[in-house]
Amino acid sequence: MSLLLKLLAQRIALGLLLLFLVSILIFAGTLILPGDVAQQILGQSATPEALANLREELGVNDPPVQRYFDWLGGLVQGDLGTSLTSGKAITESIGRRLGNTLFLAFWAAIIAVPLAILLGLLAVRYRERWPDKMISAVTLASISVPEFLIAYVAIFFISVRLRWAPSVTTINDSMSLGEKLHTISIPIAVLTLVVLAHMMRMTRAAILNVMQSAYIETAELKGLRMFTIIWKHAFPNSIAPVVNVVMLNLAYLVVGVVVIEVVFTYPGMGQYLVDHVSKRDIPVVQACGLIFAAVYIGMNMIADIVSIVTNPRLRHPK
Amino acid sequence: MNNELKYLSRQAALGKLSRRTFLGRAGALGVSAAAANTMLSTAVHAAGPRKGGTLRIGLQGGSTTDSMDPALATNTVAVNLIRMWGEPLVELTDDGGLQGKVAESFEASADAKTWTFTVRNGITFSNGQSVTAEDVAATIDRHSGEDTKSGALGLLRDIKGVRADGRNVIIELNNGNADLPYLMSDYHLIIQPNGGKDAPDAAIGTGPYIMKEIDMGVRFVAEKNPDYWGDLGHAQTIEMLVINDNTARVAALQSGQVDIIDRVPPRTAGLVARAPNITVASTAGPGHYVFIAHTNTAPFDNPDLMMALKHGINRQEMVDKILFGYGSVGNDTPINAAYPMYQEIEQREYDPEKAAEYFKKSGHSGPVLLRTSDNSFPGAPDAAALFQQSLKAAGIELEIKREPNDGYWSEVWNSKPFCTSYWGGRSTQDQMFTTAYLSTADWNDTRFNNEQFDQLLIAARAELDQTKRKQMYADMGTMVRNESGLICPMFNDFIDAYTDKLGGWVEGVAGFSLMNGYAAQRMWVTA
Repeated sequence: MSLLLKLLAQRIALGLLLLFLVSILIFAGTLILPGDVAQQILGQSATPEALANLREELGVNDPPVQRYFDWLGGLVQGDLGTSLTSGKAITESIGRRLGNTLFLAFWAAIIAVPLAILLGLLAVRYRERWPDKMISAVTLASISVPEFLIAYVAIFFISVRLRWAPSVTTINDSMSLGEKLHTISIPIAVLTLVVLAHMMRMTRAAILNVMQSAYIETAELKGLRMFTIIWKHAFPNSIAPVVNVVMLNLAYLVVGVVVIEVVFTYPGMGQYLVDHVSKRDIPVVQACGLIFAAVYIGMNMIADIVSIVTNPRLRHPK
Repeated sequence: MNNELKYLSRQAALGKLSRRTFLGRAGALGVSAAAANTMLSTAVHAAGPRKGGTLRIGLQGGSTTDSMDPALATNTVAVNLIRMWGEPLVELTDDGGLQGKVAESFEASADAKTWTFTVRNGITFSNGQSVTAEDVAATIDRHSGEDTKSGALGLLRDIKGVRADGRNVIIELNNGNADLPYLMSDYHLIIQPNGGKDAPDAAIGTGPYIMKEIDMGVRFVAEKNPDYWGDLGHAQTIEMLVINDNTARVAALQSGQVDIIDRVPPRTAGLVARAPNITVASTAGPGHYVFIAHTNTAPFDNPDLMMALKHGINRQEMVDKILFGYGSVGNDTPINAAYPMYQEIEQREYDPEKAAEYFKKSGHSGPVLLRTSDNSFPGAPDAAALFQQSLKAAGIELEIKREPNDGYWSEVWNSKPFCTSYWGGRSTQDQMFTTAYLSTADWNDTRFNNEQFDQLLIAARAELDQTKRKQMYADMGTMVRNESGLICPMFNDFIDAYTDKLGGWVEGVAGFSLMNGYAAQRMWVTA
């Protein structure tokens, strides 16, 4: 067991190191962006006096290295800094947006992940027969169409024609959980369609791989039902690759849905980040970038850990 | 109109008959759906404003990074928000004249150097405080002070001093300016308690609504201010949603989630208008799309090359294909009939032969480089391609360089010698010329430098004889048309759309889109 703990500690330390490197990359990236924050805040209506006044006030005249370490110092103490554009603490405004993003991702995942695995299992059970082909065709088609197109088509039929659910999914605190879920039902459906195929295909492929093994043949000879074999013997042994893909897709649901957010006017992190990039609000961009990186690294770490825990061969490396 | 129809439309307007039933019965009487709809909206209008209800408005242009401080307002959402909670000293009337808001009246000295604004008696801010002349003076002071960030600073640079005297605010100028009240209608100059010096983004003003929920770039809710002095504000609640995606905004209107939207894309406006319950309203305004060249940079310092380019653009084609007819042709000046002192100047037409002639005379060879981006105006890359084709007929080669949206306004516009851009226009000729064509203007994006023009501009400001003034502006317009680096192919209309849940739309209101940003206050919920 202590070996496992050591492995976990190693993974986490590696994750933190990665995060640190990513923060440097993000900072360097934001420096390369053309234009400066004062110009972007004041827009076309900026006068040279106003620009100079604002630059001074925002402190963007300091050297970049100093700005970076100031920011890193604050971060270690749990302070993401203040937004250059609004002058407010980032932690607070980002918290609400992150909450919204996680809310959408959570409900999309709750539906998409079990559905994808179930469909994957069904596809294996009826391999090369019509259910398998149909599942493959539908999910591949839905992943091949750009997500904004699926979204627009869904809006046109479900929202404009049938009026079952709203197309503008701006949720707010005065809504009950039921109202919120109704409001975001179309984006959930679209996101489900987008992430389904990847997870389903991986489940199918991984299980099929295991299905060639001798112990599956033994189980078959014992006279077990096909679905029982798949669920009890094949699936546990193919969990590692499936978890990897599931985690990648979960990370996508958190960090990669900016297009869906724009189309459905959902107040999540993606739109928040884009707004601040275009205004050159570097502290916010960095905070968002870091959160996104943390989500990715965290999800991958979980996938690694699950793989290690479920696979005795990895738990006891030679 | 026969009596039965009249009766029916009044019943429908009063809400005693559903719209659908009305249209059905009108159809039975042999009236087309379009005519019946018009009839209904006329009747709704005649029945007068209906109080109460929630009006929901979907707007483009808001961002999470916006501020409630009127000094920092830059987009449509900010303008519409400001109109809810605050008011300037004066405001435009529907036909582009002036009416008092916080100021009850205003007058100028004979040389237009000293202006006196009288603060309206007995009005209060939404925090209960009375509005004083000191508040007004402090507001002007905040927007014109040395260390201000206000977008209105450029307008107010000529102010020498502001002081309060009882209920009067006296503004003294360095040079006479007959248009000062127009400057005071600028949306940045909202009268705030102590000028907003203590809490610039508190959203406390004298407007018809009080902000209840503020979520920048997402959603705003405002409730009617029960103590408002004027007759604006019919709905009890206004809910404003920021919907930046064009398709999403139109879908929100079609699915009934909002009652009114701005910026319907010209490409789809015709399709949107086909729905029986939606009206698409197009309003001519001073906004225009431009191709701008720096006339102090080669090769655009060559007047013959500039003339070749000006003759080589097909303006009508641009109006038809870029604006889909929702606009009018430009004439290489920033001024059109939307301005109060407009005087017609001969229209320049597409003439490839003349263009070729000028091009030959210029002695220029090789392609001309034009930079463009998607956000420089809607359809800008397409317009650039049309320009390329129309120039080709004159034997001029135009090279188009696509620039990224991101950073366009800081890296390309007003920095690179030839690019596409747009102007929202201003309320007077003086403001428009001062902002972009005075040789010392910060945004002189064509590098126009004409001493005679500058002198005329200053002289026209103090000229109180309207006929003379009109002629001066026409002369300036001609100078810009013939000598500047401005190629203006089209003036774009504002295209807004609303459902039949709302009444009270007024056609052709001067100023910005959505009835100069007052649609939410002036329209009412009919059912």
